[in-house]
Amino acid sequence: MKEELFVSGRNIPNIDPYLNIWHWQIPLYLFLGGLAAGILFFAGYFVVRGKEKEMKTTVKIAPIIAPIALILGLFALFLDLKHKLFFWQLYTTIRLESPMGWGAWTLMIITPISFIWVASYMKELIPGWNWKFDFLEKFEAFVIKHRVSLAWIMMIYAIILGVYTGILLSAFNARPLWNTSILGPLFLVSGFSTGLATIIWMSKDANERKILSRIDLVFIIIEIFLIVHLFMGFLAGSETAIEAANLFLGGEFTVSFWVFVVVIGLIFPALFETLEIWGMHVPKWLPPVMILFGGFMFRFIMVEAGQITRYLY
Amino acid sequence: MRYAMAIDTKKCVGCGDCVVACQTENNVPHGYCRDWIVERVDGTYPSLSLEFRSERCNHCDNSPCVRCCPTGASHIEEGGIVSVTPHKCIGCGACIQSCPYDARYSHPDGYVDKCTFCLHRVQKGQKTACVDVCPTKCLHFGDLDDPNSDVSLAIKDRSWKVLAPEAGTKPQLYFLT
Repeated sequence: MKEELFVSGRNIPNIDPYLNIWHWQIPLYLFLGGLAAGILFFAGYFVVRGKEKEMKTTVKIAPIIAPIALILGLFALFLDLKHKLFFWQLYTTIRLESPMGWGAWTLMIITPISFIWVASYMKELIPGWNWKFDFLEKFEAFVIKHRVSLAWIMMIYAIILGVYTGILLSAFNARPLWNTSILGPLFLVSGFSTGLATIIWMSKDANERKILSRIDLVFIIIEIFLIVHLFMGFLAGSETAIEAANLFLGGEFTVSFWVFVVVIGLIFPALFETLEIWGMHVPKWLPPVMILFGGFMFRFIMVEAGQITRYLY
Repeated sequence: MRYAMAIDTKKCVGCGDCVVACQTENNVPHGYCRDWIVERVDGTYPSLSLEFRSERCNHCDNSPCVRCCPTGASHIEEGGIVSVTPHKCIGCGACIQSCPYDARYSHPDGYVDKCTFCLHRVQKGQKTACVDVCPTKCLHFGDLDDPNSDVSLAIKDRSWKVLAPEAGTKPQLYFLT
């Protein structure tokens, strides 16, 4: 028998009996950040590939979602802060050791880029749009001239943003469920998949949807592969890691994870996308909705479950 | 200089004086505590073993909370004391997530709070409040670099352990066993 008790009495809010300091705001932000990263990456990618015309939704229309998602995500992050009026302290220092620190700076760069990207297509999307000020017109001309360079920068920052949503968690040594470097690529792939799902949902062009569905299918397969590796790593690990994995293999998150994230969020949409590629009729909204739901649940469950896992001593 | 604490688990009776002393000295808000006592029972009756541990922030040498702080509010003070500057803290909770000992909490005023090894007392040459009140004298505080300090003498001839050394944080609370 082993029994541990706080004999002095200790029941600190959000710390005891188990840690629960991060609530819905963090997973919502991780979801929106990953989604924006996915949308911006593929917008940049198809511009670099010179397919602006064929992939109209991907390049010109869907990116409108990105700045909205980023602003909402930033707002969620702000809501999570407990000492809100001091949030500006984030931008008074550069701390490379702190993932949250360089994440804050990444957002500070990619959010304006996403706005500039959307703005540079305003004239094409809304006939008769004009910027009213001369310097804005000049800036627009400059952006359009250097669009491919901007696309490259945007793709790189989208990857950083996507990876960051995972690294934010994996940097915490004290939470064994998070403390695995596979979380970076896993969140990146999952974020890109949710971004693709959003574009597929918005696109009216069957050909564009087909191209995106094919890419998305690859991402879903990679994601399943990474999830398998995640658990292989845990089960081959120390007792803390095995205990973390057991939350999903018989523990309290088993049903929610395997049903909501893996079956509804990955396997079903992969099947439907395959059927669609084969030419069968599948409601256009169905696979994207499932992917978005699965992507959000994945982050929500990882944040909730990770806080429960801890060192045993 | 390297401040550290030794806790004699054989002498501690779990009275909780250290907890109350800390709450009073540091004006810890009601319902919160910077130190606490764990009673651990191992084995099956009749062969049971009992251990009392007065725990607090380990003031780790390799402190993950300082590393992950995005603003630099969590920092290292003189003698390796891990400290938080309230007006720099944004209350993001990263340090709370990073601590393997759950030694930090979110103060009702928003910033993150924790044991300071009573820095304000130590600077005046006093001992920490918890050490001062301990009725069984089971807590020892001092400078590890000084071979004649209380803590150095306490761990010199005794076997000791630290909590979760595998976390790699190099904790500075030495539990005498």
